[in-house]
Parts: sequence; structure tokens; C-alpha cells
Amino acid sequence: METKNIMIVGVGGQGSLLASKLLGNLLMNKGYDVKVSEVHGMSQRGGSVVTYVRYGDKVYSPIIDKGEADIIISFELLEAARWVEYLKPNGTIISNTQEIMPMPVIAGTAKYPENLVEKISALGINIVAFDALSLAKEAGNAKSVNIVLMGAASRFFDFDDEAWQGAIDRCVPQKFLELNKKAFELGLNVKVD
Amino acid sequence: MKTIMLGNEAVARGLYEAGCNVVSSYPGTPSTEITENAAKYDEIYCEWAPNEKVAMEVAHGASMAGSRSFCGMKHVGLNVAADPLFTISYTGVTGGMVIAVADDPGMHSSQNEQDSRHYAISAKVPMLEPSDSAEALEFTKQAFEISEKFDTPVILKMCTRVAHSQSIVETSERINRENIPYEKRPDKYIMMPGYARKRHPIVEERTRLLTEFAETSTVNRIEKGTSNKIGIITSSTSYQYVKEVFGDEAYVLKLGMINPMPVKLIKEFAKSVEKLVIVEELDGIIEQHCASLGLETVGKEVFSNMGEFSQNYISEKLEKGEKETKKLDENIPMRPPVLCPGCPHRGLFYILSKLKLRVIGDIGCYTLGAQPPLSAMDSTICMGASISGIHGFNKALGKTSEEGTVAVIGDSTFMHSGMTGLVNIAYNASNSTVIILDNSITGMTGHQQNPTTGYTIKGDPASKVDLEALCKALGINSVRVVDPYNLKETEEAIREELKKKEPSVIISRRPCVLLKYVKPKAPLKVNTDKCKSCKACMKFTCPAISMVDGKAHVDATLCVGCGVCRELCKFDAFETAE
Repeated sequence: METKNIMIVGVGGQGSLLASKLLGNLLMNKGYDVKVSEVHGMSQRGGSVVTYVRYGDKVYSPIIDKGEADIIISFELLEAARWVEYLKPNGTIISNTQEIMPMPVIAGTAKYPENLVEKISALGINIVAFDALSLAKEAGNAKSVNIVLMGAASRFFDFDDEAWQGAIDRCVPQKFLELNKKAFELGLNVKVD
Repeated sequence: MKTIMLGNEAVARGLYEAGCNVVSSYPGTPSTEITENAAKYDEIYCEWAPNEKVAMEVAHGASMAGSRSFCGMKHVGLNVAADPLFTISYTGVTGGMVIAVADDPGMHSSQNEQDSRHYAISAKVPMLEPSDSAEALEFTKQAFEISEKFDTPVILKMCTRVAHSQSIVETSERINRENIPYEKRPDKYIMMPGYARKRHPIVEERTRLLTEFAETSTVNRIEKGTSNKIGIITSSTSYQYVKEVFGDEAYVLKLGMINPMPVKLIKEFAKSVEKLVIVEELDGIIEQHCASLGLETVGKEVFSNMGEFSQNYISEKLEKGEKETKKLDENIPMRPPVLCPGCPHRGLFYILSKLKLRVIGDIGCYTLGAQPPLSAMDSTICMGASISGIHGFNKALGKTSEEGTVAVIGDSTFMHSGMTGLVNIAYNASNSTVIILDNSITGMTGHQQNPTTGYTIKGDPASKVDLEALCKALGINSVRVVDPYNLKETEEAIREELKKKEPSVIISRRPCVLLKYVKPKAPLKVNTDKCKSCKACMKFTCPAISMVDGKAHVDATLCVGCGVCRELCKFDAFETAE
């Protein structure tokens, strides 16, 4: 099969490493060749972060380039907008509608753009956007936004529920298991138009 | 067993499987996780050293004693360890010794993008260059074999995309290996001129033998393509981009060993193709080697010697087409990294910015104090350069500078390279003010213990450096401690120490908020009736505070309740949320 490209984007500290670990684990378990490329170090400190997940029969490059992503999973709305150019013309964006102000906006030197979901949609891009933060709180912890979004994204993959649950079991520490399973389910059941 | 591993984790697995016994490193992105993962194996003695030079000397000591040993560092760390490297090249090893160095093309988390391959060439040490996690594991094990067979330290060169990418590896068991019995060998290990002169020809002969090895070793391989119109010589992550673009179409010579490079293999490859292209990130090292063999190549006149490559970049440069994209016609604000909410450094930098001081900076999270609007930094060079630099700055400008300039350095960076600079300040009577930002951890690289924290890499209790006593012992009489959450106290201390006619050290002490034992307090909220929209709190640049509908607003998911914003508000608008 042709290599599939998934990007997980967000703000440093939102838990993209666990999300990519989950996906990487599932894909390896399914027998695919997998590469996951992460960012560590300075940019993690509240900066814009991106993780690339690629899978297929044989994967070479660890990164995803402009025009290559099948799916972009975004933990924050501005970050979804930032990476639009990386999407394939027929790709899909799954995004949290939460807005986290970047420092130039807080400092008053830049504006947080308005109506981003509509603007992305107007390009003919399939975008699924919802309030993942509220669902994460409903699951029991605002920090489970990452798993809520993975739940919502899971329907765009051809893997059964068992495969996802197995990956969660293998990647999440025991004491957070119940919380994360609930977060995943809430994401999975999000209504999409 | 098949599993998915980070490149750095795979190197650690390679250390384990190769029977490595002693690991000593200093953390540095993108190399840190090698040693963190090695520390998870009970069979390996593992430590954080105060700096890379110490780490390399520890590893060499262990090798001399007959163990397999390792040290890991980032590219600029090898500058610090360059002194032992060049002479260890002469002495060679007893037990295998491997040095991992991780380059950072594109400078994701570094102050320069130097190309470490130059070190292998100039120190005359073999260098292997894996291109994914499977090779990282395999090459680590091979590096030990090469080290012992050729009596040389071996450098394993990583880069960000190999170190921080996960891919599939096949693990195996750890080998059973006895230490090689120690034998006193002055001719091999005492590098004074008489002995060193006899070792140099051995090094030259070793390079000749290693070049022969490179001709046939499986680390270098030719992948025949469907067309010989173009032949590409490449290595490391560039190999992956080349294969992504060309698949099985082009002829590829993948070099796993970058020093020394083969001669016959490259000449034969060149003969088999119509056009020879060299794809390598940063400097044209393979290209220079090919030029020395009289080969005509396409290289750095097409490909940049700056930044990272990617598949699209290679595709564009070699005219293999462009991808269709959709663009959003919108001004997307940048999201640069920032000091975390509740970061103790913020209080200090707020005061430095308020007092409009010149700040000679250093390497760590606190370099982010340079970002606007705080903009409280004048320079950042390398580990320890703040303390040495302020001394020179003040010697050049005298009194006017002494009263308006400070140096800032973190606890771990002070242990790494700050102490010698401070001795110089005391010894050469410099009226300089040094601020040690003691957050009780090595922060930027992701929380590693260091000699000031009281714990080892494995979390066991360790001797803890008393910074106050140390600074006094180095010759500084005026040493005081402040809490950067207390802005008033911090400001007073800085003003007083700048006025003094002697060198001073201020220790700004409060643990990093991300440490597990630092429990966040209840988040604050703004009483909008009390908020007068004066924006005094906004100058603090806390990511948790923004203006919403003209009033200050605290994001409760980000706020850790440090309460410093309360000190800034004249109207008492910040309250503890119920």
C-alpha cells in the first residue's frame, strides 16, 4: 500500500507525544512499517509542536512534507490553520476548537485570526472541529484532550475498536487507563455533520 | 523481538546488547534520551557527568580498565570534549569505546549547526552514521566491534531526525562479555612526546586499514536502481529522503561509515552511473572526498549547506516535480516557545527588564528571557560564556558597565562550565554581578539531575553541591540567595549587589514548576470589577494571562497559582479561584 501520512499538531505541553505513541504502537501491532518523528527540547516550551506519523509497506522519510498529509489531528485551532499547507488536497483535519493565545497575541503585536474553521472549510478541506477541552473535562481531566482527539480521529482509520483499545492498554499507565478510555470514547462519539 | 523505538532509545538498546558496562554523558538535545534509556538497564552503570569533557574521560578510563564504555553528547558538547578526543585517538582503547554525537541541522534546539563529521576527520577517528532506529541499534553494536578490532574510539553520529524518530527495530539478547584484564601500558596510554610520536604512525596506519575495511564492510552498500542515469551518494537521514523521492529508480550508494570513506567502492559506483549526485546535509564532506578522487559531482552548488533537507526539497532540486497544496490566505501568528506559567525565571527576568540592565546570557530554558517583550538578554554563546563574558565586558568598559550589567547562568550550566569563569572573576578582581538561576534541575533538556540536585540519574541520593559555600570558596565574598517569586526582594538584591565595589553572586532559587514534587496551587482568577485594564500584569508575559473583553483574564488550565501577578497588580484584582 501507499504510505499514509498523519500529522499530530498542537502547543507544547498538550500531550502530542502520548498521542503519537498510541498511534505508533497500534500501527506496529498491525504489522505496518512505521515511522514517528517528534520534537523535543526548546520548542516544547509552549511553542508550536508537530509530530509526523507515517505507515505503510515500507516507509523511508521520517517526516511529512507540504501537500502530503492524509490526516492532520490538531489539539488547537490556530495550529490546525498553521499546517494546512501540509495537507493533501483531499485530506482531512480533525481539530479542537480551543484557542490558546500565542505570545505575540498576548503581547499585542499580533491578532488571533477569526472564523478559522469556516476559512479552512472554504478551501474545500474536510474539517471536523469540536470542543475537545469540554469533553476532556467531562472525562475527568482537561489534560486528556489528546486522547479525546485520537478518539475522534479513529473513525478515519480502518481499524476496529479492539485495536485502539489494545494500544491504549499498552501505552497508558494503569492509573490513568479508565480516564483515557472514557476520553477516547467521548471523542469517538462526537457528532460530525 | 520486533518493537518500535526512538533512535536514541535504539542506541541505548545497542549499548545493552553489546555488553557496555559504563556510560557517562552530559544531557543535550537531541542526544539526551540515549543515556536516559541506558539508565533503565540495571546491567549498565550510568551517570550524568558535569560536562562532556568529564564524560568522555570517564568513558575512556572505563575502556582502559577493560570495559566497553560510552559517552553521549550533542554536537556542541563535542567541542567541550574535543581535548580528550584528539588524544584518545592516539592511545586507542582496551575495551570498546563509543562516543555518540547528535547534530542538529535546522537548529531545533541549538545555538549553531556545526557539522560533527569534521571532528571525525580531524581527530582521525572512525565515524558511523545510522539513518533510522534499526541502524542506530545495529551500528552501535558494530561500533564496539570496530573499536576493539582497530584499537580506536568510534564516533556514532546521530542527527535530530534519526535521534528523535521512532521506527521498528529487532532486539536481541545482551552478549556475555568479561572485562579485558588491565595491563600497564605506558607506551600506549602515557601521551608525553616520546610515546605520542610513536603512536601517531599507528593512527595513520589504522586509518589505512579502516579505509580497506570501508571498501567491503556491510555498513556501506550499493542499491542498484532501474536506471543508471543518476547515481546518488548519501548517508544518514538524507538517504531516507532520497529513497522517498526515487524509490528503486536511481542507483544509490549509502554510506554508513563517513570516516574514513571508501575509495575503490566510490570510484566503481561513479563508473556505473551517468551522473553522480551527492546528497548530504550541512557541509560537503562526501563531496570533498569525491573531489579528492578526481570525480565530477553535483553537490553543494545545488543543495544548501544550511538547514535540514526533506523529500520535497530533494525532489525540487533534482527536478522530480512539486506537490499540490492548499494555502490559507491568513496571517498566522508565530507561536515561539515561552517560559512556562509559574516559571521561576520569569520573575527574575521581569526585574532585569524593568531595571533595563545589560544581561550576558547563557544556555538553558532561561535563554527564553531574550524573547520580546521581556527582551532581557544581550548575548548567548555557549555553556559558561555568561560569567567569562561579563568579566571581559566590564574590564573593557569599567564602572559604567559594572553598575548596569549582570550575567545569568543556570545551576547545571554553572556546574558544566561556570565555575572556572567565576574563579577568573575572583582572581582577576572583577567588579561583576553573577546571578545563578537555581531551579534545582537541568530544565531545557527535560529534567536531568546534576551535581546541585542531590540525586543521581537513577534517582538515588547523591552528594549535593552547596552553591553558596562553593562560590565563597572560589573567592566571592558577597553571596546571597533570593526567591524570584518575591519581586521586591529580588529587585532590591540586584540593585544592592550592582552598587557594591566587589564581585557578587546572587542565587535566584526556586525549583522548576514542572518538577513532580512542586505541587501546583489553585489557579487565580481576575475580579473584573477591580481590574482597571492597566495591563501592568501583561508586562509579566505569563502565558496564562491575556486580555479578554478589555479585562485581564487567567486561563485556569494553564495557571499554577504562583501568585506573582498579584504583586504586579495595584488594584488587588487577582483572587484565588474557588
